[in-house]
Amino acid sequence: MTEANAISIQNLTKRFGHFTAVDHLSLEVPVGQVFGFLGANGSGKTTTIRMLTGSLTPSSGKAYVLGANVAKRVAEVRRRIGYMSQKFSLFEDMTVEENLRFYGGVYNLDPDEFAARREYILDMADLRGRESELTANLSVGWRQRLALGAATIHSPELLFLDEPTSGVDPLARRRFWDLLYELAKTGVTLFVTTHYMDEASHCNRLAFINSGRLVAEGTPNELRAQHNGATLEEIFTKLSTN
Amino acid sequence: MDQLAIASTDRPLVKHFRAVVAVAGISLEVSPGTVFGLVGPDGAGKSTLIRMLATVLAPDSGDALIFGNSLVRDTEEVSARMGYMPQRFSMYPDLTITENVNFFARLRGVKKAERKERSAKLLEQMGLTPFAKRFAARLSGGMKQKLMLASVLMHEPDLLLLDEPTTGVDPVSRREFWEVIARLRADGKTIVVATPYMDEAERCDQLAFIDAGRITRQGTPAEIKAMVEGTLLSVLTTDPHETATVLRDARIAGVSSGHIFGDEVRILAKDSALAGERVREALHQAGIPYELNAINMDMESAFAVLAETAPVQEAADA
Ligand SMILES: Nc1ncnc2c1ncn2[C@@H]1O[C@H](COP(=O)(O)OP(=O)(O)OP(=O)(O)O)[C@@H](O)[C@H]1O
Ligand SMILES: [Mg+2]
Repeated sequence: MTEANAISIQNLTKRFGHFTAVDHLSLEVPVGQVFGFLGANGSGKTTTIRMLTGSLTPSSGKAYVLGANVAKRVAEVRRRIGYMSQKFSLFEDMTVEENLRFYGGVYNLDPDEFAARREYILDMADLRGRESELTANLSVGWRQRLALGAATIHSPELLFLDEPTSGVDPLARRRFWDLLYELAKTGVTLFVTTHYMDEASHCNRLAFINSGRLVAEGTPNELRAQHNGATLEEIFTKLSTN
Repeated sequence: MDQLAIASTDRPLVKHFRAVVAVAGISLEVSPGTVFGLVGPDGAGKSTLIRMLATVLAPDSGDALIFGNSLVRDTEEVSARMGYMPQRFSMYPDLTITENVNFFARLRGVKKAERKERSAKLLEQMGLTPFAKRFAARLSGGMKQKLMLASVLMHEPDLLLLDEPTTGVDPVSRREFWEVIARLRADGKTIVVATPYMDEAERCDQLAFIDAGRITRQGTPAEIKAMVEGTLLSVLTTDPHETATVLRDARIAGVSSGHIFGDEVRILAKDSALAGERVREALHQAGIPYELNAINMDMESAFAVLAETAPVQEAADA
């Protein structure tokens, strides 16, 4: 658990009744990386993220996020992280502006801070001129960029993105990854789940889980080399089907 | 000749939502036993079109014939032979997987004995058998998609309308899902599917590219790709992001689209020899090692080009 790790987890486990969704998972995510968290449907990715963001209590094991023990310092952790959930957490019946204000309020931004962040996000997400549009009327690509804006309104040091590009068209997906790279350049650590293997290959490091257990970890190139030059898709298939 | 699964009439389908034109006039012909793909930018009107074909949304004007029956007048006959999987999760959260599947099958009049056999087979195919007793609310995102698909297949519809069915589904399950589609097709079923995945688009017999409420291009995947002018160049490097930035900043003439694809940066060039020269120069100057190749057009690149090209008819119609 050094300063160099944005996330450090040891034997993290989550049981629902008799079912073990996350099983003694240990993982370190260095600061400033784009870290891809991969696994089949139901392998425990969302459950892990919910434990790391403090919205689900682990059955056992330890999780440190930005050096803080999540179990003991949830409030501090929440202030310093951002979370874009699998289902965009925007209010559809509110305007773009109202959504940003709501999230500014959640993180207690003072008016000056909010104004500065609002400007930044409107530019970043290319939403200028759409401030008073109803969120429900935005297309998926816009909504997704607004959700990114809302999740980063408090300038988090670490951002969790759970399938941020699912159901987004290829062009919008590409633009979204450009935004993620902009964020990464500013030093933010990104912890991303995706089912797109071309996105996975854009990550600095990858972890594969299967039935809640870690089955492989490394850079995309390291993993490909370990599997005799197989593609990430082939590696995914191999690691998910046993 | 076989009766068409979907036949156009002389009145194209139109749907507005207040001031917004969702579908501006679409006529569609789909042969039975084929897989027909709908692709296009978000908000182009794909879901609205599917919802009209599914008879859950009445068109403002226009009609289509589904196995010879009018979408507008013979709604019951149409809906009896059709299965529709919406984009949003629409199962009961407080029913288990088995209960949900059975509930929808019963609604569709599937007999009890058949329900049992079919649900066992479908849940097995979707990898859901171990979780049959779990409440839908407690499923992961991808498991929910599989549950919806299993439910819609229970009454063995002749025409399947699937709205981005594999969103959030993992790569292995996605492949299995397309094997199910291939089997249905071989059985003579017709499938209309909207998808944001270009590898899935490649697997369709016919594709319609929809933009701003109209079909702007239509053909087989190969035909659609052939509509894009120019040569695709692949630049293989160890740092695709840096490479893409360098190439973007170089503003090479005749290069219209660039994107990162795994370890590669793919660019579309009008004149591949000329562009190739400039790419070499730019990367050499930046000190980036690379490997440059001309490759076959891929659907990702074709999509990007088609989506960036404004629909041709727009101005003439206004
Ligand atoms: N509250 C709960 N009660 C019981 N089981 C649960 C609960 N929440 C999640 N699960 C189960 O835990 C497992 C892991 O789910 P999780 O949502 O973490 O998967 P995932 O890797 O995010 O999958 P996907 O790629 O489909 O989003 C699944 O089998 C799921 O059904
Ligand atoms: Mg998930």
